[in-house]
Amino acid sequence: MDLVYTPRQQAFRAEARAWLEANVPKTPLRSFDTAEGAAEHREWEKRLHAGGWAMVPWPVEYGGRGADLIEWLIFEEEYYRANAPRRINQNGIFLLGPTIMEYGTPEQKARFLPRIASSEEVWAQGWSEPNAGSDMAAIAATALRDGDHYVLRGQKTWASRGAFADWLFGLFRTDPGSERHKGLSFLLVPLRAPGVTVRPIAQLDGETGFAEVFFDDARVPVANRLGAEGEGWKVAMATAGFERGLMLRSPARFQATARRLVELCRASPETATEALREEVVRCWMDAEAYTLETYRTVSRLLSGGRIGFEASLNKIFWSELDVRMHETALRLLGHRADLLPEAPAARGVGEWLDGYLFALSGPIYAGTNEIQRNVIAERILGLPRSA
Amino acid sequence: MRFAFSDDQLLLQGAVREFLRKECTPETVRALWADARGHAPALWSRLAELGVTGALVPEAQGGMGLDERDLVLLLEEVGRAALPGPIAVCAAVAAPLLRELGGPLADHWLPRLAAGEAIVVVGHPANPFVTDAHLADLLLLAREGALYAVERAAVRLVAQPANDPGRRLATVAWEPRDGTRVAEGAAAERLLAAALDRGALACAAQLLGAADRMIELAVAYTSQRHQFGRPVGSFQAVQHQLADVKVRIEYARPVVYKAAWALAVGAPTRSVDASHAKLAAGDAAALAARRALQAHGAIGYTWECDLHLWMRRAWSLALEWGAPPLHLSRVSSFVLADGAPIGPGTTFQAP
Repeated sequence: MDLVYTPRQQAFRAEARAWLEANVPKTPLRSFDTAEGAAEHREWEKRLHAGGWAMVPWPVEYGGRGADLIEWLIFEEEYYRANAPRRINQNGIFLLGPTIMEYGTPEQKARFLPRIASSEEVWAQGWSEPNAGSDMAAIAATALRDGDHYVLRGQKTWASRGAFADWLFGLFRTDPGSERHKGLSFLLVPLRAPGVTVRPIAQLDGETGFAEVFFDDARVPVANRLGAEGEGWKVAMATAGFERGLMLRSPARFQATARRLVELCRASPETATEALREEVVRCWMDAEAYTLETYRTVSRLLSGGRIGFEASLNKIFWSELDVRMHETALRLLGHRADLLPEAPAARGVGEWLDGYLFALSGPIYAGTNEIQRNVIAERILGLPRSA
Repeated sequence: MRFAFSDDQLLLQGAVREFLRKECTPETVRALWADARGHAPALWSRLAELGVTGALVPEAQGGMGLDERDLVLLLEEVGRAALPGPIAVCAAVAAPLLRELGGPLADHWLPRLAAGEAIVVVGHPANPFVTDAHLADLLLLAREGALYAVERAAVRLVAQPANDPGRRLATVAWEPRDGTRVAEGAAAERLLAAALDRGALACAAQLLGAADRMIELAVAYTSQRHQFGRPVGSFQAVQHQLADVKVRIEYARPVVYKAAWALAVGAPTRSVDASHAKLAAGDAAALAARRALQAHGAIGYTWECDLHLWMRRAWSLALEWGAPPLHLSRVSSFVLADGAPIGPGTTFQAP
């Protein structure tokens, strides 16, 4: 166990810091779940990509920097330290990209990865359906083979980034007689194709962060299938592992929130009771714990390990921490906790309410925390299967 | 940067785990509870042979010459077995304290400690009661900022019966004498501060092991106990309670391991890390105790059920080497200070 950065890693940090200091927009971009904000974020991604920082752990040929996962963590730390924009293509860079890296053909890697890295193509997720939420194996949308195409029918819902994305990845039933986890395939679907209709859904925060997507005989080339036909569940579980277990929520994000929470606490002597101060400190401790566990996971992956069911522990920990940090901030804010960012009296604290509304989605998306607890109970602890 | 144990470290942990699984069963623990001295000299010798007592003793003095990164895993096993006696304080606090004091004192006691022939305990201002002082050959005691090395015959003990019969508490009465003073002033202050960090880490490691064991017991029991025609562990109400504990344990674990690194290398954050480790592992173990008890139902509330071997250990260790408020205030002072080095990229401060 050696928890000291090598000179090479320190140099990497310095280089990332210098680039970010010179390039991060001085005024925050608008939300990427609005039309104007999405355009601003695509511009930012272009700049990141041109600088070679879009997805540092990817091979150079796919638009990455050829860095290792420790360097990725360092980059993320610097990224959040610099208060750089959120990543509009997180579905592509953090979830689909690693899955293509693992299951993609050489042609698929060459076709999709560079355009994910550059965010020339922004991705939406297509898992849930009206009758397949936590019970994802109940997926009913079909993709029936017709020559070298699949013909898609059915509906996806809660497709994150669906409103402004170009592509969608998700599971479709390619064997119409199949049930549950069998007979599903993982498909890459262009959203602006005939037969695909996207209907944005306003979220709790008022923005259109997700969408319903309807497929009416939309044709998708067989070459857009990731992994073998009927093996989609396995591929999807790899994606879910990246989402819950490592990449989607890098620890720096929560360390940055914890730091802002500490600053808010110090600036709120009237409301910062002893109990609230204690809660602030406990939030900081948990953000550190999450960071430490991520370094441990990355060290394990670098020695040839894989992400397994422990991703479910991870997902519960970060999603609940995020809610707690925002709840604590709102309690410190008192009446100002009610204000939207544009309220004159909010004086720069309105983003806590925004952040709270977003944090509340954490225990729901990427598999509800109840589903994660089932996984922990049965797959990690080895308890008998629930009825 | 590599946050992982070496194969050697894991091998040694495995050896100690296997040894304690065989030689320190719940029956062994209960027998020691009933024993007048609460001590099993044969068990102690075997643990010394395995290298536990002398882990932090330099090789030149008959020890293993290891550091906290090795020892933390062994203390986890001590907690997993609810091993009675003062092995944690002897190996993790007294040994490095003697090593740092050096001189004839260290030369005399460290080889004996490493060989399992002498037991040394520590009376620290953080602990009003000294654990297993009656078994000690030597006591390292603090008084008014100075440190004294006092042999057992020179102290008077008043036993203070306490919740965990595997750890006998006592108040220690003694007269400071010039001849026994081994450190004072800034040197003593530094040694006592390091002892508190080490004691907190040692508790944290044992608490992790105890928490693991309590969840294992709850899983085993609820897997075989049937109600309504099903194992009770198949009910989500039970499953989710235990899953929550697993989350707390697995996010306490890296905190404890990082603290071990920080103490071993002398990182500037070591005191905060040790406090964080004790709080995180203490919370995880306290939750494990509550939830495991609940999962057992009435049988868990009996003296006969083994669960309380670890519950008592968890409750008792939570108080030793600084109760939660002390450690929370240490972390608070760090986090809430002006210009505190917190936020992304600050976690690992090089020594």
